[in-house]
Parts: sequence; structure tokens; C-alpha cells
Amino acid sequence: MTQTITSPLDIKAIRADFPILDQEVHPGKRLVFLDSAASSQKPQQVSDAMSQYNQHEHANIHRGIHVLSERATNAYEAARDKVRAFINAQSRREIIYVRNATEGINLVVATWGRHNLGPGDVVVLTEMEHHANIVPWQILQAERGFTIKYIPITDTGELDLDTYARFLREGAVKIVSVVQVSNVLGTVNPVADMISQAHAAGALFMVDGAQSVPHLSVDVQALDADFLAFSAHKMGGPTGIGILYGKRALLEAMPPYQGGGDMIKRVTFAGSTWNDLPHKFEAGTPAIAEGVGLGAAVDYLTNLGMDRVLAHERIVVDYALDRLSEVPGLILFGPDPGKRNGVATFALRDIHAHDVAQLLDAEGVAVRAGHHCAMPLHERLGVPATARASFYVYNTLEEVDALINALYHVRKTYGL
Amino acid sequence: MDLYMENILDHGQNPRNFGEPLDPADIHYHDDNPFCGDRLFLTAQLDESGHIKAVRWQGEGCTISKASASILGEEIIGKTLDEVKHIDKEQLLDMLGIHLSPTRLKCALLSLKVLKAGAYGLSDETFVMDEDE
Repeated sequence: MTQTITSPLDIKAIRADFPILDQEVHPGKRLVFLDSAASSQKPQQVSDAMSQYNQHEHANIHRGIHVLSERATNAYEAARDKVRAFINAQSRREIIYVRNATEGINLVVATWGRHNLGPGDVVVLTEMEHHANIVPWQILQAERGFTIKYIPITDTGELDLDTYARFLREGAVKIVSVVQVSNVLGTVNPVADMISQAHAAGALFMVDGAQSVPHLSVDVQALDADFLAFSAHKMGGPTGIGILYGKRALLEAMPPYQGGGDMIKRVTFAGSTWNDLPHKFEAGTPAIAEGVGLGAAVDYLTNLGMDRVLAHERIVVDYALDRLSEVPGLILFGPDPGKRNGVATFALRDIHAHDVAQLLDAEGVAVRAGHHCAMPLHERLGVPATARASFYVYNTLEEVDALINALYHVRKTYGL
Repeated sequence: MDLYMENILDHGQNPRNFGEPLDPADIHYHDDNPFCGDRLFLTAQLDESGHIKAVRWQGEGCTISKASASILGEEIIGKTLDEVKHIDKEQLLDMLGIHLSPTRLKCALLSLKVLKAGAYGLSDETFVMDEDE
């Protein structure tokens, strides 16, 4: 087993933290979970932190006078501090709890966007965006009448940066919003350079970190990102909670997102004033236990070390790309190893991706099939659907081998 | 594994009554399943007594959706419009002879949805098909 020599992580110990992985999903077929880009599994530490909270600390947060309310507030706010440190934000006021990356992007579009965009303005996105970073802009576009330009991708699945530079030169770009790691191609985009170019052109920059924050060290100050959105459930945390990071000055100037409790300072029948950051953007009772779970997930990843997480995943992904390319009739999408992370997306001859996924499932191998919420990208790739294997801290090279063996089963079923 | 039993694979890989649309056609209807990118276009001709005499499918899809269209197409030849309208989900699944999860059910039902919408469209009655029925 080469992996114990090369991986910087103790995978055996890690897998013991994820009891869900240790199961038979069909008679005689062990689970091989290769769908973490859709939603990762949770370590026991996260489930325990949430149970501890639910069993001993739960009450509504903020303003409660009694002991439990104080405990709940502390637990929830401590998680915010963990997230601040994890992405190296300057202030905890810049960490806004949302439901997921999708809501984080929608918040920016609905508040900053509605306040700042109008006819003549340009928003720059890319052809490899997830629907979450396309549709909110299109909804606002119908209302405000600005222009959206999409940075094309090259045939190797990388961004065409010459066209990006041209878009910026053409002027009127108010904001650029780009996925840091593509959920389909695995491309790691050079966001640090792209951000400095955007700033030089007077534009803001939002990073969709849904597939990057769980897998590599993201430092918002080093990147100089204006906004960053990500979800807890792709990084070992629970569903229903995510983070929007925004630079404080920008967040201060933005109107609120939703109105309600907790986001106000003073309410009268004549009008209201807004609470301080981050609460201005956090109307209503939030997902408190989930916030605590996110904090535990951050602790878990921090203990592993994000550099080691990335190094381990690179080993697994590179091995997967290598072995997949041996399978006759298999087409791989995305750039060369070294320029990508997290996922291996493929098609097997002209067999529909759903058939491939179903037959892989029969062997216990869980992959995603479809357009992965990136229909425009699939149109660009010229395929209706693809199959995607995605990897996380608990995946092994043996699981890659299981995927390959199962793919040979698919070939056999189809008489190839 | 029985999802890919020989009959389904055979119909999926060599679907019957697939090809260029019939022209003229008495029934023509198109629909797609946006979740998997499956598309189906149906044309069909009736004889003088109102029985379906020819069926032609065009489109793309997974093995389940193509096999379903293929098997359903063979089944309806010789049937009246009224009989076609009364084919329900259970009858289609009996024809396919496989058990499907809710997700894959949509693949199998696309052909029935297209067929029934086409048949109802012809007789100008309101057509509603509840996929979760």
C-alpha cells in the first residue's frame, strides 16, 4: 500500500472518525463514498459537538438572560471566531452566518448588487460557474438592466485570462464573481492574480469558495477578496449553515438582506435602524446547533492541517486521473493534474452518466451523475451529463481502485 | 443489477421505432427531463379507425428512458387513443419489469408523459400527469 508512505495524513485514524463510511450498501458491497463535492460526511467530533449542544446548552441566542441562553450564545459565537481564524479575516464582524454558499452569493447580489448595479454596468462571471453564481445575477439583471460577461474556458478547462483582461480594459466592470475551484472540472483558478487585476480596474471581487475552503488553505486577507462564500456541509460540517465573508467597509455600506429579529437596533412604527455587523445580516433565529457543528468541523480540519489535507487529496486525485485514463473509452474533463483538485469528472463512451452511476452504485461506489448544477458549462463541453468522482480527507487509493474495477463492470454490462 | 437485465439493455441499446420523425403525423409532442438532459420527441400516425399504426421516437437519454420509450412504443401500436390515455405508471412499470428508485422513475416516465400529452393534445382535453401519483 503506497499510500501510507506518501500521504501526510493518518487515513486509518481519520476513517475511524467517520463511522458512516464503514458499511455495506448492497449485499457483499462495501461503501466507497466518492461524492464529497456534493456533500461531505461528518466526523464523529461534529456530531458529538452538536449533540452536546442540543442535550446541554440549547436555548435561543442573544439577549436571553438565563444560563442556557448564555451558553448557547457563547457556543454559537465561539464558532464564528473559529471561522474567522480559519479564513484569516481581520474581524469577527466580517463573518456572516448564512444557510450555505448559495445564500451567501444571493445576499451580496440582493444587497450590494441591487444598491450598486444599473444600466451600463458590467458583472463578470465565468463559463465554469455553478448555477448559484449565475442565476442570482440573472434575476437581478432582469430588474436592474446591467450586462453580464462570461470569461470563456479553454479546451483544457482553464479560464481564458486574456479575455478576462480585455473585459476589464473595456471598462464599466463593477464586480467579478468567480469560483475558486470548479465543482465539475476541478480547475483551481488563479483568484489571487485575478483579484489584483479586478482591483486595478476598480472592480470588486467575490470568490465562490464552496469547493476551495474545504480543501485548501484560504486566506481572505492574503487574497484581498472582497467577498467569499462557502458551505459547512462540504467541509465535514452540517447542512443548513454556511458563511459569507465580506470586507467590513463594504458590509457597513450595504443595506440589510432580510428584516426581522436580531438584525435591528431600534424599531418604531415610523422606521427602524440596523444592528451592528454581523447581526445586521442575520435576521431571525439561526441554525444554532449547525453553527456549533461548523465550529467543530473547523477544529477538525485545523487539527489535520489544511496543507496536509491538500497534499493528501492531490495524491488521491492524481492517482484517480492516472487510473481513469487507463480505462478504454473513458473521456476525462478538466485540466492536467497539478492545475486541479478535488474531483475527477468523466464520461464512459456514449453511456449516459446516470447509467454509469447506477451501475457503479451496484458495486457500492457512490458518484454523482448529471450536470452538477452547471448546465451552461456542460453545453460548452458538448455533453448532456457527466459522472463525477470527488474525494476528501477519508478517501484512499484502494477506493480509487474500487472505482476503476466497477467501471470495468459497467463496460462489461454494456458489452464493451 | 436487475435494472440492467438483458431486455432493458437490449431496448436501451437498440431502441425500436426510433428515427426521423413521421411526416405527416397525427400526434407530435416533445418534452425533456432537465435533471438528466433527456429529450424525447414523439410522432405517431393513426389509421382510419383511430388506431395507432406507426410510432417514431427521436431524442437522447439514458438506457432506462430509451428502453421505456422503445417498449411503450411497441405496446401502443394497434391501440386507440382512448386506450393510450388510460395507460398508467403501474402498467408501464409492469411492461419494463424492473424496480426503480424515485430518481430513475423520472427517466422511465418521460416517454409516458410525452405519449399522454401528445394523445391528450390531439383530443384537446386538459392533460395533467402527476409524476408522483
